[in-house]
Parts: sequence; structure tokens; C-alpha cells
Amino acid sequence: MTKGIMTIDGVTVEIGDERNVLELIRKTGVELPTFCYHSELSIHGGCRMCIVEDDRGGLIPSCSEEPRDGLVIKTNTQRLRRYRRNILELLLANHCRDCTVCGNSGDCRLQDLARSFNLNEIRFVNTAVDPKTDHSSKCISKDLNKCILCGDCVRICNEVQQVGAIDFAYRGSHMRIATPFDEPIADSACVGCGQCAAVCPTGAIIVKNDINNVWRELDSRETLVTVQVAPAVRVALGQAFGFKDGENSMGLIVAALRRLGFDRVFDTSTAADMTVMEESREFAQRLLTLQSMPLFTSCCPAWVNFVEKRFPQLMPHVSTCRSPMQMFASVIGEEYKNGDKRHIHVAVMPCTAKKFEASREEFKINGQPNVNYVLTTQELIQMIHQSGLKWDTLEAEGIDTPFSVLTGAGVIFGVTGGVTEAVLRELADDRSPAGLKRISFVGVRGQAGVKEAKVTVDGRELAIAVVSGLGNAADLIQDILAGTRKYDFVEVMACPGGCVCGAGQPVAPLERRSARGPGLYAADRLSSIKRSEENPLMSQLYNGVLKNRSHELLHVHYPGHAAH
Amino acid sequence: MTQEFNPQVLDDIISAHQCNPSAVIAILQDIQERYHYIPREIFQPLSRRVGLSEARIYAVVTFYENFSLEPKGRFIVKVCDGTACHVRKSTPILERLRKELALSPEKVTTDDQGFTVETVSCLGACGLAPVLTVNDKVYPAMTPDKVSELVESLKKELGYATH
Repeated sequence: MTKGIMTIDGVTVEIGDERNVLELIRKTGVELPTFCYHSELSIHGGCRMCIVEDDRGGLIPSCSEEPRDGLVIKTNTQRLRRYRRNILELLLANHCRDCTVCGNSGDCRLQDLARSFNLNEIRFVNTAVDPKTDHSSKCISKDLNKCILCGDCVRICNEVQQVGAIDFAYRGSHMRIATPFDEPIADSACVGCGQCAAVCPTGAIIVKNDINNVWRELDSRETLVTVQVAPAVRVALGQAFGFKDGENSMGLIVAALRRLGFDRVFDTSTAADMTVMEESREFAQRLLTLQSMPLFTSCCPAWVNFVEKRFPQLMPHVSTCRSPMQMFASVIGEEYKNGDKRHIHVAVMPCTAKKFEASREEFKINGQPNVNYVLTTQELIQMIHQSGLKWDTLEAEGIDTPFSVLTGAGVIFGVTGGVTEAVLRELADDRSPAGLKRISFVGVRGQAGVKEAKVTVDGRELAIAVVSGLGNAADLIQDILAGTRKYDFVEVMACPGGCVCGAGQPVAPLERRSARGPGLYAADRLSSIKRSEENPLMSQLYNGVLKNRSHELLHVHYPGHAAH
Repeated sequence: MTQEFNPQVLDDIISAHQCNPSAVIAILQDIQERYHYIPREIFQPLSRRVGLSEARIYAVVTFYENFSLEPKGRFIVKVCDGTACHVRKSTPILERLRKELALSPEKVTTDDQGFTVETVSCLGACGLAPVLTVNDKVYPAMTPDKVSELVESLKKELGYATH
């Protein structure tokens, strides 16, 4: 059954299940410019860049118009080009124009469009006021001079994440994106997930940059710089150098890191195995005592922040396991603490909230953080560019001893459902290859925001929920509190899709991001060890550095854990 | 004078609107009617009960000119500056008021929170021009001297020492 026919620029197009005319236009191969349109957000219709002309000369914002039979539109007329150009010029009238020193230069839709519309002069006096950039957060900075009020950040923060840290405040020419009472972002409801920075089309909200600090440490002769690379980084970084979406480039990343001057390169997947060991143990323990059920995972720092700020009464449910990054940092710290050189530890993460986690008091020893700096995938890409290193000439290399063994269970931590699957492999009654394979079909895989699974362990049926996106988590918690849903184990990753879609990753549209998860499952298939416990390094660690110290080094008690 | 914030009052107001998030403007109006401004203390409890973020409530409060985040005086004097009042000389009235109370366009409330002086664009009572209201009581056909008398009597009501 057809919904009708539309004519776009003289081409006849059949209407399918498109939400709006814009999607249909894009299907015909015309990339209309937009600032405020994101397929995963509600329609705002604010930027007016996607206007099209109908056959009577009427102007229609295509993002907020439903496709209908017989509609005849043009997308590229003299008049439309002039209007779009005027919109750009007006946007730039009160916009900071210092592109060369902007943190988002080269990765900015406003800049791209100004260039493609050949905008070489702005007729208006620059009326950009100079409100101070908000640097209070460890994760993001907000510079209102670069804001075009498209509202993307507001909608992702409210609709997808349900954090609600920011909104439009004031009216007309005074309108701006603000926290309540314009308090610093660090003091607001913000959890640092960074999704606002990921959707911001300009440099108004950008991820904090620690590159210069890391270069300084790499240059110093008095330091030994170790680095760990999170699972999700390997399936996204290559994208910046022409790799296919989801293609695993870990070997080249390791090679690049060595060339940049890092002394030891490790893989966070190794630490994920420790997390699996500890978390399975904690889960098994709680199943006996049935205290604070369900157990919430604790790998995602934005999620931990969210519980602390929004549902503090539920903190006891959050596992006391440190995140893989922090577990690894304590173990690596132990390994190198007595060296001749000052030890600096860097983590390459797909995540902005990790920057906050690294700065938490709980993860400092004598005032020194266990992870000195967190670099996002994007920052590492930038460092590779800065160094002049040619990606094509690199040859894949392996990670360093003594932490050079990892499992498939650790690698899949980077995708939503991965932590759960790894823990289930640990707890499952049937540990044969076929049994492990069956776990992947119980419903923990896939991009859905909420996944439910039932698994039998020791004759007991366990109800499991796997959630990505904080909005989905908030809804689930409300149901748990209301008693309408019951679970034993709940995995939450703050970013929709899990760490592979983290805000520190290269920005890409949804369909490209979704290739990253399968990339990690492919790496898991290639790995010879599937279960964390079977990692030979584990027994070595548990009989060595972790002997009698696993609680001290691998667990954490956040203030909320004790208070309730 | 500003009243102490009372959580029970807020609770009752929200309940009267069935915790309905789309009634947030009406809720805020009721709060403002009670306190003459929107106290900061209401943000967290209101956000929790109606399920809107504090940022969204702040957005609503700052969007509408009528909501104030600053505490207001016991007497809120609104001087009409609509066209009719303006041509019948509302400006000297406003100036006299501000002079008597040591206020300015930036400082609209006296330090003791006795008076707030605002202008409005039209009170819809052009036949009474120039007109002002004090807490919704209408004072028609004002002159600067009548304003001075009015201020004097209001000060007495507040218990100011008169000379």
C-alpha cells in the first residue's frame, strides 16, 4: 500500500514511513543543511535552514512537515539559497568568529555551512556579548558566544538522558542556554555524559581537552607514562583515518601510542576481566543475602553520578566494584609505584564522564589521582594529527607485558549488554562453547535501549535488565520503585548504545555508530579465551598483587554507599 | 515583607493542581501570589513532584516578565506607563515615587522590602489616567503630590516612624 507520491526537485518519490519531508528529501540524495534536526530527538523547527519551496511559492520548514500525496517542492532555488545565507549571516551576527582558536574548529556545522555558502562578509556589527565560558565541569565547557540556540543540547539532556541540567532561559534576544539560576555546570544536575557536546553543531559545548598536559608528561624524562585503551576506542578511532565503521584498529592504536611516546600500552579489556570476577562474586553474594537487590552495575561513571544526584537512596544498589579503568589504574599503580621515574597513568576512553571519575577523591592516593589524565578517542585522534604521524604507514603492534592477556568477555564491555554477557559467562551453569554461545541469544545483545533477559543460574531464574541511555534508566527505576518491574541485575550505560557511542568518540550519525558494537563482537569471536576467569593473568594477579588486597584495590565506597 | 518559605504551602498548591506538569504556570502564579515572588526553595520540591527539571522551571520563570525571582516589597506599586497615562504625565509620578522611596529603574525594591515600584505598559484603565495600583487597589487621576501623600500613608501602615 502506498502512501502517495511527492515531487522533489522534479523527481517523483514514493512516500514510505518517513517522519517528515526532510527525511524523504535526504532519501533522494539531497543533503539539506540543518542545525536543530536530529532523527533521535523531537522536532524543534528552530533553525529554519531546511526550508523548501512548494509549487505556489510557499515556504515550508521540511523537518516539521509531514509528507503528503501530491506535494511538489523545490529544495534549491535562488530564493532559498538567499534565505539560508541570510539565516547564516544572522546567526553569525552575535556569534564568536574566532574560528581558528575554537575547540571545535574543523568539526563545526556552522563553519562548514558558512564556507559552503561562500559567506565571506557579515554585514552586521558583532554584538556577541562576552559571558564567561563555564569551565566548572571536568567534562565539558560551555561558551555561550558560540551558541546558536538550536536547542539540540537541551533536547538530548531532557528527552534522551532525562538529566535536565540545562534549558532555555530568558526570552527573545536575551535567551540563552542555562542551568537553574545560571549556577556553574559542575553544581547542576549534569552528570558529565557529554551527549550535549556530541550533538552541539558548533563549539558552544565542547569536551574538555587534556592533550597539552599529556604532551608535557610525554616530553618529560623524569616520567614513565603508561596508558590503557578502553575496548570501545578500537572500533571508532579508525574512522578518522578512513577505516570502515566498526573496524577494529587496536593494533595500529598501540603502534601509534608507542610512537607518540607512551612507555607502556595496556588494554582496559584486561581490567574488565577483573571487574567480571569481582562483580560476579558480589552478585553471587547478594543473591545469598538478597540485600539491596537488584544489583546495579558501576562501570559507567555518568550513571553513578546520575544515581548519586537523582536517586541517592538507591546508591546501596550500585555495585562497589570500581570501573575497569579504575581497577586497572590501581593495579598498574602498584606495579610501577617503586620505579626510578615518576609514574604517570593515562587512560584513553570513549567517555567524557571518565574525566570526572578520574578526579574523584575516592580514586586518589595521597592526593594523587590513580589516573592522571583521561583522553577521549577524539583527543587521541587529535594527538596523532598533531604529531604528524601517518596512519597509513603504521604497522599493528601488540600490548605490553605484564598485562598482555585479555579475553573476549573483556572486549565486549564497550557495547551495551557486554558487561551482563561477560558476567553471565562467569555464572552460567553450562560453560561449554555452545553454552556460552547461547548466552548471546538470551536477549542481551542489540541496540535497544532496554533489553530484558531471563537466565537460570544454580537452578534459580534470574531477571536481568540491560539499559542504555539515562532516560531509559530513569523510567526503569521509576518502575522498580513502583514495584511494577522486578530484576536481580541491572546493567546501565549512560550513552544510548553503550560506550561505543560515548561522547568522547568521533561524532557520527546513528547508522554509522551502530556498526561499532558488532565490531566488538567480532573481536570477541576472534579471541581464544571467552571467559574472564580463564584469563591466566587473573590467577597470577589474585595470587600476587591482589592477594588479600582485592577489596582495597578493586572496590570503592562512594559517600552514598555508606549513608544508607 | 517577605514571608518565610513554608513547604506545606507549596505542597498544598501543587496538590491543588494534581501535580500536573502542564499546570506549572498556574502553580507558579499561585506561589507568586502567596510570596510576591518565586522563592528559590521551591525549585527542588516542585521539580520532584511535577516531574519537570529545575532547569525547565527556571526557563518558565525567566520567560515570563511577570514572574520575579527577587523578593518583592509588602506594597507593590505599579505605575501605568501606557500611551494614555504617558501623555497625561505619568513620568513625573514615577519620578516622585522613586525619589520618595530612593529607588531607580535598576533598584525596584526598598532595602526593608516595604515597597516595590514597577511600571506596566497598560492597566486597561485609560479613562482613569494617569493611574497606578498598590497591591491591586486602583488609584486614579494621580499627581506627584497625591503620590507623596499616598506614600506617606502607606509608610504609616508599615509602621515607619514619621516626622
